[in-house]
Amino acid sequence: MITGSTIIFYLLAALTLTCALLSVSTRQIFRAAIYLLFSLIGIAGIYFWLQYEFIAAVQIVVYVGGIVVLIIFSIFLTQQAGEKLAKQKLDRKIFSALAVFCGFALTMLQVYQHNFNNAATTSAPTVADIGRKMLNVDQEGYALPFEVISMLLLAAMVGCIVIALRSKPETK
Amino acid sequence: MMNPGLYHILFLSAALFFIGVYGFLTRRNLITMLMSIELILNSVNLNFIAFNKYVWPEKMDGLFFTLFIIAIAAAEAAVAIAIIINLYRSHQSIDVENAEDLKY
Repeated sequence: MITGSTIIFYLLAALTLTCALLSVSTRQIFRAAIYLLFSLIGIAGIYFWLQYEFIAAVQIVVYVGGIVVLIIFSIFLTQQAGEKLAKQKLDRKIFSALAVFCGFALTMLQVYQHNFNNAATTSAPTVADIGRKMLNVDQEGYALPFEVISMLLLAAMVGCIVIALRSKPETK
Repeated sequence: MMNPGLYHILFLSAALFFIGVYGFLTRRNLITMLMSIELILNSVNLNFIAFNKYVWPEKMDGLFFTLFIIAIAAAEAAVAIAIIINLYRSHQSIDVENAEDLKY
């Protein structure tokens, strides 16, 4: 029986995979960034489909709103308009595709042979649960990784500023 | 058509991972290689969420791993793009072949 939710899942999966394939194969770098954007939106849709709304929102805010915009700006800064990427050698493409296909087949073989004990699906965690667990200092809590991530983000920010700072010519 | 479950999502994330690997192997431009890395990280996130939902629905560990991976990916992309722009300023090109003298 085909329900609406099944159709939506297959549509989202098709959107994600097609856009990802186009993103790694197109020769125009700006189009690659736009295809990557739609692929990430498809993944956010799958998170919505799985009823993990908070993760889907984070995915859209951080990836679509942050990283893709950053990538597009760096394309503007580093590429000449209308210039295509250099064509790749055919043998490199063939061998990469072969290696990737073998890896994929091996992985899927292993996955289908393994029997996961499916638990009865309960309701997805709410944002209140996530917040309570993230700032919990007990054994099960995630307060320490949370603080470590905040230090990492600060270090990344300082590092970016230092790297991208234009060194001034000596005046004296 | 079957009802989508854990195996369908695992298929999707494995396909996404290997598409990212293909892009990483064939591309020679640093920005497009960074895009492939983003695809790989997203497939890993999808895997964590799928296992969290279908195998251990009463726990939230996969969800937190996904959140932290997203944060680390954002930091990594920002640092990588700063390095790429700096490289473009000194070399006028962002191909990996031209980035070789970073070693010396």
